[in-house]
Amino acid sequence: MKRFAFTAAFVAVLGASAVMPAQAQESLTLKKIKDTGTITLGHRESSIPFSYYDDKQQVIGYSHELMLKVVDDIKANLKLAKLDTKLMPVTSANRITLIQNGSVDIECGSTTNNLERQKQVGFTTTIFVIGTKLMAKKDAGIKDFADLAGKNVVTTAGTTSERLLRKMNEDKQMKMNVISAKDHGEAFLTLETGRAIAFMMDDALLYGEIAKAKKASDWIVTGTAQSKEAYGCMLRKDDPEFKKLVDASLTKAMTSGDAEKIYAKWFMNPIPPKGLNLNMVLSDEMKAAYKAPNDKAFE
Amino acid sequence: MGYQWNWGIFLSPSASGDDTYLGWMFAGFKMTIALSLTAWMLALMLGALVGVLRTVPNKTLAGIATAYVELFRNVPLLVQLFIWYFVLPELLPTSIGDAYKQSHPVMQQFLASMICLGLFTSARVAEQVRAGINSLPKGQKNAGLALGFTLPQTYRHVMLPMAFRLVVPPLTSEFLNIFKNSAVCSTIGLLELAAQGRQLVDYTAQPYESFIAVTLAYVAINVTVMTLMHKFERRIAVPGYIGGK
Repeated sequence: MKRFAFTAAFVAVLGASAVMPAQAQESLTLKKIKDTGTITLGHRESSIPFSYYDDKQQVIGYSHELMLKVVDDIKANLKLAKLDTKLMPVTSANRITLIQNGSVDIECGSTTNNLERQKQVGFTTTIFVIGTKLMAKKDAGIKDFADLAGKNVVTTAGTTSERLLRKMNEDKQMKMNVISAKDHGEAFLTLETGRAIAFMMDDALLYGEIAKAKKASDWIVTGTAQSKEAYGCMLRKDDPEFKKLVDASLTKAMTSGDAEKIYAKWFMNPIPPKGLNLNMVLSDEMKAAYKAPNDKAFE
Repeated sequence: MGYQWNWGIFLSPSASGDDTYLGWMFAGFKMTIALSLTAWMLALMLGALVGVLRTVPNKTLAGIATAYVELFRNVPLLVQLFIWYFVLPELLPTSIGDAYKQSHPVMQQFLASMICLGLFTSARVAEQVRAGINSLPKGQKNAGLALGFTLPQTYRHVMLPMAFRLVVPPLTSEFLNIFKNSAVCSTIGLLELAAQGRQLVDYTAQPYESFIAVTLAYVAINVTVMTLMHKFERRIAVPGYIGGK
């Protein structure tokens, strides 16, 4: 219900925003950070291993760590003695509006950079490349998307997977029943309780869900990737100066090998909450992204 | 703040290509109406029964009715919904539970939502009905009994016809509430109005247009309900009582 409260608030300020003057050339975000000495970071609550709460309710993860690196660079660049960071949890549904209305300055989680979203928000250099695949019980006999015909399949509402799955269902007349769960945790619960035979999502997040499962060895990630997607951090559109600063910081992390070290920490080593190792080898797409950082969307 | 308005979004074809976004909204609208009306019928029937039981002289029956009301009134709606949807199927025998869970997901979501909303609202309806019965002068019951009616007959022919008419205005509020509460069911994936609005945001990144449309749709539903109930209220009003002529 949180997202509705936020939206209600936006609708209330609509009138006010309509008469606001056009944005000045200088970076409003940087000015705000300088003036208030605070930066608000958007994070996810259960996007393992990108951005999530550990068992002490601390935000951790691959994207979050990169974001904290960026914050350090911003602090150095603005020559601030002290920069407070405020953490704000966001969901797939409210993250874009929270960036737009200024509640959040930058969000690094598991947000796909695509053309539709680019109309509303800005994206930084790509921090991760994923493929959309399936998770199923090992003994369920699901090998690829063709095996899903006529079955109940779950995905998370508001994701690219949901869109692809519905489109596939329509185009290929597969007669799947698509369940849209409100977050990844609930989608996995739907899979785990047998309501759905498979869960379609970004492969890295699927490995993340396995890391939370009661018995990790029961589950497999399978299928031909239906799309490649580039995750980026979101920031406000039309703030090139701020984006330049963040991009430079991320590029530095990637070309210097720091990002690869962070990758190894979250994808090749045991991670909280259960100390499971995702064992996700650095893909060719990721290697390319680290070698030549860019902010291109795949679709 | 750099927002790009686009009201034309409703007429553009939806992401899955089978409909327009307006079609999605309309599908959600129909789902909200279907869910709320079925849940309301359940709530009225159960609520009337439980409300009457709360006023009967039999202590056991009254006690059961009170427990029912307190249970469904005091547990948050969202928690009740999760219990109906996620927990209950796990308590069934494994074979039945599995068969149920593999049935069509919309059917499961609708059933859980309808039962949840219906029972939650029935507890509130029961309280209104009880209040209506208790507000009647004691003499009416005694008069009925003195005329040789049995207790059930007194309820049926003397007290309930009066009590139900008196509680129409508060019941209207509950009727309006059930439409609004139905938005909670979007949390289990039922694609009703609020969920379709949220979906539209996810797919088009146009939150203002979609939530304004959702707001207008709820207002339209509730204005219609209010108008109809007001007409109904006037038609059945008891002369000499509140609202009567």
